Amino acid sequence: MANLHVNIGNLSLKNPVMTASGTFGYGIEFADFINLEDLGGFIVKGTTLNPREGNDYPRMAETPAGMLNCVGLQNKGVDYFCENIYPELKDLDTNVIVNVSGSTPEDYAECAARIDALERISAIELNISCPNVKNGGMAFGVTPEGAATVVKAVRQAYNKTLIVKLSPNVTSIADIAKAVEAEGADSVSLINTLMGTAIDIERRCTKLSIGTGGLSGPCVKPVALRMVMQVAKAVNIPIVGLGGIMNATDAIEFLMAGATAIEIGTANFIDPAITVKVVNGINEWMDNHGVKDIHEIIGCVK
Amino acid sequence: MKKYALDLCVVEKEFPRDGYVLLKLNNPQGALPEMLAGQFVELLIAGSSETFLRRPISINYVDKEKGLLWLLIHVVGNGTKYMSELNVGDTINCVLPLGNGFSMPEGEGKKVLLVGGGVGTAPLLYYGKCLKEAGHTPSFLLGGRSAGDLMQLDLFEAIGNVYTTTEDATLGEKGFVTNHSILNKEQFDLIATCGPKPMMKAVAAWARTANCECEVSLENMMACGVGACLCCVEKDGEGHNVCVCKEGPVFNSKKLNW
Ligand SMILES: Cc1cc2nc3c(=O)[nH]c(=O)nc-3n(C[C@H](O)[C@H](O)[C@H](O)COP(=O)(O)OP(=O)(O)OC[C@H]3O[C@@H](n4cnc5c(N)ncnc54)[C@H](O)[C@@H]3O)c2cc1C
Ligand SMILES: Cc1cc2nc3c(=O)[nH]c(=O)nc-3n(C[C@H](O)[C@H](O)[C@H](O)COP(=O)(O)O)c2cc1C
Ligand code: FES
Repeated sequence: MANLHVNIGNLSLKNPVMTASGTFGYGIEFADFINLEDLGGFIVKGTTLNPREGNDYPRMAETPAGMLNCVGLQNKGVDYFCENIYPELKDLDTNVIVNVSGSTPEDYAECAARIDALERISAIELNISCPNVKNGGMAFGVTPEGAATVVKAVRQAYNKTLIVKLSPNVTSIADIAKAVEAEGADSVSLINTLMGTAIDIERRCTKLSIGTGGLSGPCVKPVALRMVMQVAKAVNIPIVGLGGIMNATDAIEFLMAGATAIEIGTANFIDPAITVKVVNGINEWMDNHGVKDIHEIIGCVK
Repeated sequence: MKKYALDLCVVEKEFPRDGYVLLKLNNPQGALPEMLAGQFVELLIAGSSETFLRRPISINYVDKEKGLLWLLIHVVGNGTKYMSELNVGDTINCVLPLGNGFSMPEGEGKKVLLVGGGVGTAPLLYYGKCLKEAGHTPSFLLGGRSAGDLMQLDLFEAIGNVYTTTEDATLGEKGFVTNHSILNKEQFDLIATCGPKPMMKAVAAWARTANCECEVSLENMMACGVGACLCCVEKDGEGHNVCVCKEGPVFNSKKLNW
């Protein structure tokens, strides 16, 4: 059996397969289909300092080979997570990572600080790239200065592994990646969803309550893969790659493009056991190709 | 209840009327999992990028003796068309059972009225069967535009009294379900309804005036079906967004303030 172990900052992953925030609930929703401990880690729902109702229904529209969503970070707030969800997850033998969002740098920092206190949460993923909330979210993620401001505030409040999730809705994602690396981020994950929309021609209105949403699924994979390659050339910190991964082949492409680990998002809706199938598929591919250690393929395509 | 992802096999296929298909599926790997009336299944439409997400379909009936799950499908687009084109012997991947079912009243001999419109009558068949088995007395009030719209009437009649309305008076009383005379003649302990939203809201409003508990079954658009994505929400009575796939699809109408 090949060695699939990788590190992201101080985070030790038994294999490079994680799940994407907002597509995997709190993990518990998938426990009937897979053993959560078979994953390198999983990233739970976007969490904010205060509870958020999210946007109105309809929040999704199917598109060819993908979907648009405008959930808008509905969650019960960080304290609810700490008191009610954390106890259910803390004894799992895998990495549980919290995706943190906010509307001001202070919000982000305070939310991160409260999660820092949870012993078994070994990393956060900072979401500076949500296209579905008005102030904050993506607003920070679209300029190097905005991104740097949030990362700086959070870095002071948070000591463990800090992954910063980047938006693809920018001119140069490599410049943003460099800016967050300079502020002390341990890793970058990319991509969040691409902003898009869909129209109901009978009713002559958009299919989403706020008019736009974030595109995900296999239709975004080529864009995501290109961005991972570009960022891999620009920074020295490890990259977590995601966007449209549906199977082990897709995952291996991201690894070869320079990602040290990957996340699976929308594919969980199509096959709730896909994550473990991808772990097994990577393993099998490595065995068939005589690859003994996953690091042999990480970034092998320049 | 434990959820499964299973390749179920089409054993029988019927066309109860134009544009509808009834699939009877078994599990070639063994027994069907335990399922409750009102729960649903998410079906994978394989090999098409246009119908990328799974499609939710209610449990129409469970034939425990033969190990068959029935799904009654209205063909409205590519996903449901794919289901209608499955042949006997084909398999389809199903995630099931999902959501919460209709409630089973305590005790025995409770009078329950099940009100359905269109393909919304589908989950009421199995619910009626389960109520009867538990010693209750289900009655059905089924509505459609025309006589041909009402499906599975013989099966409903084998379970309880059936009252019908049609807009063109081709069967039963003329008009909508909420105008049916039975509502003024009899008292019920519980009402359950599934169908178009305006119909369910009217039924819930009637139940409120009659001081009767009412359960409604929603059909919001879904992505994951397991409570992970928060795409399928409905506003509850307090203005909070609740997941239809996980906390529903069956809700007490009071919870939604209907
Ligand atoms: C919990 C639940 C249970 C359901 N049970 C049944 C059932 O037993 N039998 C049945 O025939 N249908 C049922 N539906 C509706 C069914 O899921 C949709 O009709 C189906 O997904 C449409 O897929 P399609 O690819 O054929 O059509 P699409 O091309 O996706 O859509 C065609 C048309 O149908 C509309 N539509 C799509 N999804 C829904 C939806 N969820 N509700 C209402 N309209 C929709 C679209 O707006 C569009 O106008 C249920 C839905 C839910 C959420
Ligand atoms: C329904 C839904 C909700 C999401 N919620 C979040 C979120 O709360 N925080 C976040 O950083 N990303 C969120 N995302 C983005 C995903 O984590 C991921 O970046 C994106 O979907 C691309 O990956 P995929 O194509 O594998 O799904 C969400 C995506 C979807 C589809
Ligand atoms: S469909 Fe995903 S939460 Fe209901």
